[in-house]
Amino acid sequence: MKARVLRIGLPLLVLALVLVAWDLAVRGFAIPAYVLPGPGLVLATLVADAELLWQSLLVTLAITVQGFLLAAVGGIALAIAFNQWRLIEYSFYPYAVILQVTPIVAVAPLLLIYLPQPMAVLACAWIVAFFPVLANTTLGLNSVDHNLIALFDLYKASRWQVLWNLKLPAALPQILAGLRIAGGLSLIGAVVAEIAAGSAGAGSGLAYRIAESGYRLNIPRMFAALLLLSAAGVVIFFLLSGLSHLALRRWHESAIRQER
Amino acid sequence: MSGQGQGRAVVSLRSVNKTFDSGTVALDGFDFDVNPGEFVSLLGPSGCGKSTALRIIAGLSSASSGTVEWCADAAPAGGIHSIADSNSSSNSNPSPNKISFVFQEPTLMPWANVAANVRLPLKLAHIDQAHITGAVNRALERVGLAEFADSYPRELSGGMRMRASIARALVTEPQLLLMDEPFAALDEITRFKLNNDMLSLWQELRRTVIFVTHSVFESVFLSQRIVVMTPRPGRVFADIAIPAPYPRDEHFRTSAEYAGYCRTVSAALTQATAGGEL
Repeated sequence: MKARVLRIGLPLLVLALVLVAWDLAVRGFAIPAYVLPGPGLVLATLVADAELLWQSLLVTLAITVQGFLLAAVGGIALAIAFNQWRLIEYSFYPYAVILQVTPIVAVAPLLLIYLPQPMAVLACAWIVAFFPVLANTTLGLNSVDHNLIALFDLYKASRWQVLWNLKLPAALPQILAGLRIAGGLSLIGAVVAEIAAGSAGAGSGLAYRIAESGYRLNIPRMFAALLLLSAAGVVIFFLLSGLSHLALRRWHESAIRQER
Repeated sequence: MSGQGQGRAVVSLRSVNKTFDSGTVALDGFDFDVNPGEFVSLLGPSGCGKSTALRIIAGLSSASSGTVEWCADAAPAGGIHSIADSNSSSNSNPSPNKISFVFQEPTLMPWANVAANVRLPLKLAHIDQAHITGAVNRALERVGLAEFADSYPRELSGGMRMRASIARALVTEPQLLLMDEPFAALDEITRFKLNNDMLSLWQELRRTVIFVTHSVFESVFLSQRIVVMTPRPGRVFADIAIPAPYPRDEHFRTSAEYAGYCRTVSAALTQATAGGEL
């Protein structure tokens, strides 16, 4: 109980101290708002520009969620295909890795040339989010208890029975870990693509707002948009963590609280 | 020396060799017959190939050369299944329903509760639901886990997990029960308890049991017959009958007769291991 209070209370205390220090510094040194706005001004901007920012947030979130879902479905499906057919794994795994190690910032401009902007942004979100799902699912599917595999063998389980009743449930913790990473990454992918698209596009995502506000030296709005972006990231993380906890709480070590 | 060896052995291995890809010779000229209803132990030090022999009997692994024959009762539907010589890669495996395997670890699916774990073999065989429920309940009752059907493996003690594993092995009503050092990881008190329960189950069901162990005391307490193996390569060193009558209980465990058998088996084991390096 005490630990719980500390775990919630201490970060809040740190936040309060930082905000106070930030505010005092802005006032004390009379820093102009186009260099560093105070927290009060950021909050005021957030309220004043609420409608604009909210619209942009929805755009970015829509892309993020779509990218995440595509990455989840694609990553899990491809991992299953790799697991079931060696030849597919040999043929495609290297390219999945190459896709992952190539910095997305460098790929985004190219995608913007070939694809309409919303599609390019979605593609970026997907590329970034896809690999952790693939890698984690592959790891999970390959690390099934050997004796359980022998047991399924003994009882003449078909390969789909092995996949459905053994490998997928066994891989669930890793799949969920992959999804948790993918959630954050698809947001990053969407943001990177929006920034790369910059003023050239007709996009109205949050990252575009940040870029646009930067050109106009509207620093308070940059902060406000940034605040919304990280809030979105946090919400995504908690939602996926909650999902993971719900799915694993009965049996997996990671979700079980030990009493000491 | 197995006495009634000829006739209808449940499973019989003839000059079975097993060499792994690494070059390790696990079994070399291994001959072994198991009679119906028999409780026989394979005894030997770690790495003597006794688990390998068990896996070959289960059809989980194939012999490099030699023959393995399962009798009809413990084999796939219809006829005697032999095969498994070096030239034939088509090793006909024994039937899923006729052979069960208990591993050293409980090997339960952690995401499924006890009932679902026990149900697994029937589910994989597409047995209909009505029959499954009854069979699962019976198996759970036999091992004293009826109240824990809804518990998850991690909520159980080591001994209870092993009971669940045994229930899963029994649920198909196998002709042949293979046990690979099932109690080795348990504490002595739990092991004794499970040994007792194992014996009453065996007396009640009269299935054939092949029990792999490295414990002289455990093998003498449980078995009608103990096959002592030499290490590397694994071969039968001695085949010792333990004619003490069942039921065997705590009284037997502390009797002079029991101690005498243990001494005989220990001596054989010492000789068997003296031959090969460890």
